[in-house]
Amino acid sequence: MNSLWSYLQANHAQLGRWTVATLWLSTAPLVTGLVAAVPVGWLASRNRVAALILLGGTGALYTVPSLVMFLTLPGLLGTRILDPINVAVALTIYSVALLTRTVTGALSAVPADVTGAATAVGYNRFQLLIAVQLPVALPVIAAGVRAAAVANVSLVSVASIIGTAQLGQLFVIGTNTGSLTPIVLGLLLFVALALVIDLAIVATARILTPWRQAATR
Amino acid sequence: MIQFDAVTKRYPDGSVAVHEFTLEVPTGQITVFVGPSGCGKTTTLRMVNRMTEPTSGRVLIDGRDLTAIKATRLRRGIGYVIQNAGLFPNRTIVDNVATVPRLLGQPRRAARRHALDLLSQVGLSAELGARYPAQLSGGQQQRVGVARALAADPPVLLMDEPFSAVDPVVREQLQNELLRLQHDLGKTIIFVTHDIDEAIKLGDHVAVMRTGGTLAQFAAPADLLTRPADSFVAAFVGRDRGYRALGFARADSLAVIDEQPVRLGDPMTTARDRQRDGWVLVVDTDRTPVGWLSPAGHRLDDTIAAAHLNLGGTLARRGESLREALDAALSSPSGRGVVVDEGGRLAGTVTAAQVLDGVKARAADGLARSARQGGRG
Repeated sequence: MNSLWSYLQANHAQLGRWTVATLWLSTAPLVTGLVAAVPVGWLASRNRVAALILLGGTGALYTVPSLVMFLTLPGLLGTRILDPINVAVALTIYSVALLTRTVTGALSAVPADVTGAATAVGYNRFQLLIAVQLPVALPVIAAGVRAAAVANVSLVSVASIIGTAQLGQLFVIGTNTGSLTPIVLGLLLFVALALVIDLAIVATARILTPWRQAATR
Repeated sequence: MIQFDAVTKRYPDGSVAVHEFTLEVPTGQITVFVGPSGCGKTTTLRMVNRMTEPTSGRVLIDGRDLTAIKATRLRRGIGYVIQNAGLFPNRTIVDNVATVPRLLGQPRRAARRHALDLLSQVGLSAELGARYPAQLSGGQQQRVGVARALAADPPVLLMDEPFSAVDPVVREQLQNELLRLQHDLGKTIIFVTHDIDEAIKLGDHVAVMRTGGTLAQFAAPADLLTRPADSFVAAFVGRDRGYRALGFARADSLAVIDEQPVRLGDPMTTARDRQRDGWVLVVDTDRTPVGWLSPAGHRLDDTIAAAHLNLGGTLARRGESLREALDAALSSPSGRGVVVDEGGRLAGTVTAAQVLDGVKARAADGLARSARQGGRG
């Protein structure tokens, strides 16, 4: 415990930068991925052929091993191998893959009574999505976002192997110097980070769905 | 006016839901589509707001072909009520009701204020406005569904089995309130149900549909009961149709017999003196009937109490239908049916024989009338 504390004190500036970088690397792709997954998932929820192609395609993307993705993206994007953009793009692809399925399922699960009534009062397709389907599907989408968030945080640590500057470096340092302290510290920080992001998603979903709290009172 | 002009709905698999259906729906009245499941009544209804497009034929509103009107615009001008209300779970009751006015561009505050008025019109308190649909009972949700359909004051209301999912007591309340609302509003309503009793109670006109999506008969409820067009309609309308047709025969001319009632708390000896055929009617202090008493078998030094009463008889309102009067007579332990006035106070009694005389007189009238009309349908 003492060694953890002294390690923290000695490296707090570096650790602070790494924490911010890790937080950024795991959440920005999540947001981008969700924004992309909504229209794709919407298309898939409306049309069976589109669903087959889109869900099959994004599913296949998810099976590409992360290390392969980190190493091939610089070639495809023309970026340097150490550029954190590579990690961000890779995680965005994984987030889209995970969340497209989530969004498709969540939109399809909106009761037919509700979408039928919305159509009958004169919503067009876009209004129906924004004003009715997405709000009603939000709890299910939030659950999918939580799963994707935790997956992202753990994948960021893998990216340390290719040398991006973030908390995963603690594992590299620990391995290279044969010291357990940075490894344990890294573990604790990653768990804490995952917990904070998870709680933030849960809180956001709660604020956005007051009707669910009211229903269970 | 809504017109169905030889509409047919055929699905890609070849099945036909509606076949060459032609009907003019009277403006400002309730028209009920009734029939067994699979008769195409809901499919036909959904053609009016273009939720379903006919394969052939046309639907016209005031002479205009519906396909000439943009679907979203058309729908904002037609109220729609469905079985489980279909409220938006993520919106408060008030915002559910304000949906269409908001879509039409009304400011939020004005739309909400109007929504609160509508809630009271459908018999809900304004406090419910801030709640969410999941916090309401099924019957309350259905009322909100009606309020939402009325919010933009559309001339046409489509109702697709709106009361089938609620219990019988609530259903009857909702039916009565729909009739009361319609009395004030005079909308053109198409109401779909599989329940012939509901159709007869609510409809100014009833369209009976048969499996395969064709019209079997279009008539006023009383005509449907007394003159079914064919054996399908006769069977669908059911066994008790003769009795139920009496529901449309007003009992205006029915004379009542004076009844010598006793009051709760009177001595049993009074009951013995006033009894007729072994029974005496008991009323409370403002002459509201409370039950029948058979003085035999009770101690004469007793006073009359609620525990002594037989509560079997139903009450008939004076001037209402012969069916009510007959039911009161048949259900009464004394054979005398209790008739009450508008205030629910005792007006007198009638016997089944008296009601049947009324039925006979009416049948003779009816025969004379159809002879004058030359047997016209």
